[in-house]
Amino acid sequence: MELEAAKMIGAGLASIALAGAGVGIGLIFGNYLSGAMRNPSAAAKQFPNLLLGFALAEATGLFGLVVALIILFAF
Amino acid sequence: MTLNPMHQFEVYRIGPEINIDGVNLSFTNASFFMAVSAILILSLLFFGTKKKLLIPSKIQLITEMSYTFIAKMINDTAGSSAKAFFPFVFTLFMFVLFCNMVGMLPYSFAVTSQIIVTFALAAIVFIGVTITGFIKHGINYLELFVPKGVPIVLLPLIIVIEIISYLARPVSLSVRLFANMLAGHTMLKVFGGFVISLGLLGGWLPLSFTVALTGLEILVAFLQAYVFAILTCIYLNDALNLQH
Repeated sequence: MELEAAKMIGAGLASIALAGAGVGIGLIFGNYLSGAMRNPSAAAKQFPNLLLGFALAEATGLFGLVVALIILFAF
Repeated sequence: MTLNPMHQFEVYRIGPEINIDGVNLSFTNASFFMAVSAILILSLLFFGTKKKLLIPSKIQLITEMSYTFIAKMINDTAGSSAKAFFPFVFTLFMFVLFCNMVGMLPYSFAVTSQIIVTFALAAIVFIGVTITGFIKHGINYLELFVPKGVPIVLLPLIIVIEIISYLARPVSLSVRLFANMLAGHTMLKVFGGFVISLGLLGGWLPLSFTVALTGLEILVAFLQAYVFAILTCIYLNDALNLQH
């Protein structure tokens, strides 16, 4: 196979990481909502933790982008 | 050339070329926007604390809010013994926040989208935390790699995993900030390219998307500065209060 084509395929495959990030962000917000529905008085206190979890989960997906960039430009 | 979404991350020289011992120390657009962020922070803190009113003006309110925000964060995550590190964490947070926010302005340059900038910041945190831990606990700091209550059989494996995860801290800390800023700015440019290619009839849809994404990116810019600061606090907590 041509190296250029293999690079393109590899970079595309690296975006599969976004599936995991999507599941993670969905879990965080879903669990926050269900927890907030059960105990609304404690919800506001946990909002910073929600944002922290969101940012950490989102960054995991972006590591896939870094892998794609390394495949495309570093080799 | 301007349609290339990666074009915005190009670092180029402003002014004369300075070469010392083969090391290129020229003033670039990255250094220019770093200086702009630093000047903005300094002027915010200077004008915010100039007239100390009982009923604060807007700028004094922003200054006091950022102070209490960081002070509370350090107290909550790293305990009261980490109070001495307030200036360090505050500087780190404000610098990352202002670099991110200045990068959101059109035609400006996002300094934090350069891996070397974020890696330098993360390396400072990593080395500083390690030195702090060794000063505070001496050789006992290595207990960090030996969690309590683990069966002896598993211990060799756990120690290796703990050491690797400790060494991966600066990498994940820097790549998280870098990748977020890079992905956000690239996405904005790609959607901006759609506006031009779809023309006057279909261009409105990606344009509204770009507006919404800009809002998201401003949230991410703040959130990543917050995450950078809070992870620094968590690492400091590990170094100061050795507990398992």
